[in-house]
Amino acid sequence: MAELHRLDATAVVEAVASRKVSAEDVTVAHLDRIAALDPSLRAYLHLLPERALEQARQVDAALAAGGPAPPLAGVPVAVKDIFDIEGVPTTCASRVLEGYRPPFTATAVERLEAAGAVVLGKTNMDEFAMGSSTENSAYHPTRNPWDLSRVPGGSSGGSAAAVSAGLACLALGTDTGGSVRQPAALCGVVGLKPTYGRVSRYGVVAFASSLDQVGPFARNVEDVALVASVIAGRDPLDATSAAVPVPDFREAMRGGALGLRVGVPWGFLAEGVEQGVMAAFRQALSDLEAVGARTVEVALPHVPHAIATYYIVATAEASSNLARYDGVRYGFRAEGVRDLRSLYGETRDRGLGREVKRRIMLGTFVLSTGYYDAYYLRAQKVRTLIRRDFEAAFEACDVVAMPTTPTPAFRFGEKTADPLQMYLADVFTVPANLAGLPGLSLPCGLAGGLPVGFQLLGRPFDEATLLRAGHAYQQATDHHRRTPPPFS
Amino acid sequence: MAKVTVQTVEHVARLAHLSLTAEEKESFARELQEILSYAETIQALDTAAVEPMSHAAAGEVLREDEPRPSLDRERVLAAAPDAADGLFRVPRVL
Repeated sequence: MAELHRLDATAVVEAVASRKVSAEDVTVAHLDRIAALDPSLRAYLHLLPERALEQARQVDAALAAGGPAPPLAGVPVAVKDIFDIEGVPTTCASRVLEGYRPPFTATAVERLEAAGAVVLGKTNMDEFAMGSSTENSAYHPTRNPWDLSRVPGGSSGGSAAAVSAGLACLALGTDTGGSVRQPAALCGVVGLKPTYGRVSRYGVVAFASSLDQVGPFARNVEDVALVASVIAGRDPLDATSAAVPVPDFREAMRGGALGLRVGVPWGFLAEGVEQGVMAAFRQALSDLEAVGARTVEVALPHVPHAIATYYIVATAEASSNLARYDGVRYGFRAEGVRDLRSLYGETRDRGLGREVKRRIMLGTFVLSTGYYDAYYLRAQKVRTLIRRDFEAAFEACDVVAMPTTPTPAFRFGEKTADPLQMYLADVFTVPANLAGLPGLSLPCGLAGGLPVGFQLLGRPFDEATLLRAGHAYQQATDHHRRTPPPFS
Repeated sequence: MAKVTVQTVEHVARLAHLSLTAEEKESFARELQEILSYAETIQALDTAAVEPMSHAAAGEVLREDEPRPSLDRERVLAAAPDAADGLFRVPRVL
């Protein structure tokens, strides 16, 4: 058997269920590897070794008693520190939540654990999921496993790095403007952003409520399909979770790509894509054609306005959602203040980081009297135009393909001085969030030794077609089998 | 197009309950101006006949309006920086 940290989830479940390996052994192997390697990577913010071992022993005990194997029996997972777990710290990588231990557990985590998964710890992220590099964590940056001088992407950078480096078999993240797909691409793993409403957001700290969606990371499509089937579906605790039936995605992914129409918005890709990324993307399209898909050109005329639209809509919603961090109900409170108003101001000034304040300011501005119509209302209308672009495109194709990011992983500090440059790293990922569509990012090669990803976007609630195309692609290619040399 | 001055930033910071340093006010004025200049492209689009999109939900599912247990008060208050007599405690208001 391969080393335990290199087994995929499907293999872990098979080994644990047939009792060749115990869930406890798998957990211990991962905790040992984290202890040895995470000091150089820093993917985790909090580790939960005792809790994880306890969960693993429960899985083993249930199997020893003759119980059926649950779908994620003994699979070690990492969870972005934006998901609440009762009694365990949630910081969202912010000082303002320091010391907070929530009294409830996120539905997505609850479903993973009920399915036999073992939560190893909480992973690093950009503060409140605002960023594209994990450099905005108030605690420490996370490094890219392929090149420790580069960022892992963000905001779910810790989750992507952990899966890439074999410090977790699977991970959960959230994707508001690309925060699962972009770090997945930069770290060379698979990331799924499900349709808006597909996975419950209960117990997930809110950033922009009309865009936020929970998504999994894994090292192949089959594992992503396995987790998606477990976490998706209606939850009475989240009014926006959709009552749409959830297929067995692992069955649904097996149909092959014969006859699949892949739309490519060449007009939108004409500028700004680095050469190595474009070469890998073109190769991915040829590889899809080789397994029976055919490519067609589609037009997305309003999508070039997606970044402007996104940074108005998302910051407006964030300014409202983050009003709750005022030092009254949880987390950090500034001391030595005169009165309630200065308690709010000082708590927020000392507790929140620069990028978070910048976005609260921008969002408050676009919602303020005199600017609401010109910015916020107009952005909501452009959002309608962007959604219609995709509806029209899906008349002519089954999935839309694009590079996930314009460049591979960038260096620390390269984009921090210029907020707009950092925002432009999300140019290909934000359209799916604005339109509410599912997106799947897949590794498709290397450029200068760094992973490149491409994404497939689908119709609402049609994750199955994305997974089918992605699985057919991975059956014919080997990019997803590459491991980062320092962490092989 | 909107002109973002330090005065604008001070006004918005008051609305957002943020006490900013002088340095933050200067740089936010500059950065917000730059981001809004970039966002200016959407002003050129004809949106007169377009409905705004406020969410991407598949349709609202409302639950029955029935009482049910909520989180336990003591456990919620246990997360607060300061609480007493079943309430959150804050400094004086006036």
